[in-house]
Amino acid sequence: MTSADYVLGLADDALVSAQRMGWWISRAPQLEEDLALANIGLDQLGQARSLLSYAGTMLDRTEDDLAYLRDDREFRNVWLVERPQTDFGVTMARLLLFSAWQRELYAALVTSSDATLAGIAGKAVKEVAYHLDHASQWVIRLGDGTDESHSRMQAALDAEWPYLDELFEGAPELRPAVLARIEQVVAEATLAVPEVAPVVGGGRHGLHTEHLGYLLAEMQHLHRSHPGATW
Amino acid sequence: MTTAAWKIAADLPDPELPVVTIADLGILREVTEDDQGRVHVQITPTYSGCPAMETISADLVEALTQAGYQRVDVEFVLSPAWTTDWMTEEAKAKLEAYGVAPPGPVALALSVKCPQCGSLDTRESSRFGSTACKSLWVCRACREPFDHFKAI
Repeated sequence: MTSADYVLGLADDALVSAQRMGWWISRAPQLEEDLALANIGLDQLGQARSLLSYAGTMLDRTEDDLAYLRDDREFRNVWLVERPQTDFGVTMARLLLFSAWQRELYAALVTSSDATLAGIAGKAVKEVAYHLDHASQWVIRLGDGTDESHSRMQAALDAEWPYLDELFEGAPELRPAVLARIEQVVAEATLAVPEVAPVVGGGRHGLHTEHLGYLLAEMQHLHRSHPGATW
Repeated sequence: MTTAAWKIAADLPDPELPVVTIADLGILREVTEDDQGRVHVQITPTYSGCPAMETISADLVEALTQAGYQRVDVEFVLSPAWTTDWMTEEAKAKLEAYGVAPPGPVALALSVKCPQCGSLDTRESSRFGSTACKSLWVCRACREPFDHFKAI
């Protein structure tokens, strides 16, 4: 049987990533990219809503309760998605790692014996394929670009790489396919696969970096200040 | 499938692409009614985060209630996942006339035909367009930008 904690982990990854994507709205380097990042965030928000609603059926809570009324220690997302992403290179490096993992994960969950989870995964896997493609194109363009864009893309990849490991907690079998996909993009981008030690993240157990608290304060304050507000 | 309630639901325009109905798009999945005047409607989102679902749901309740049905339930179903292959040929023709390049068959990378001048000499300028279900293209022949309904 699927545990509520497991579903919350997937839901919170998508929700927190969506919130970080939202930061880019009106700030992206060009209009097309502004729309792209907003739409990627919207897809992730949609996945998060389906997953939170499903977790809510096991916990007898609504999706809004789970999104707005939990504190950071109750969130189950990985550290990869919760840190600030105000650098475009970091945003693309992170999206490459995250969507490559989500792609393999959702593709595997499509055949899950849990019909609800399989249904959510069947929708999400198609959306995530677009995210992965988008991130791949930017990493290749910036990596195989000017000296400046190459060095900044490499620095971004080096910064995100330590957080890759936490994604495989509980599902190490996904690692070979995810790494193969990422390394293919990294090679085409003329970048080097970082040789950095992994960070031991504790997101799946409710242990987070300081950044999640600030993100939640912004995301939750309206709902908490005005419970039940609608417009 | 052609009950009175189905016909009412099937006639509803999509809020973001009002030239096509929700039945044309394949969003409307099932409508069941009983002899007590209760209607149960199943709709499926094109994309998980499609913001039009709330509007479509409200439109369904309003249209069916006005037609005299006492109770209307709208259920969102995710499985099987929506695909552009469910879009009717009529819907694709309406989209093209509206200026949105319709999707081709999934898993075929065909060139996208410009809905303005019909040229196949087009290029994608962004994978993501004005809504989650569309991408942005530019025609090299007539130089007009246009939306393309992504095949998924």
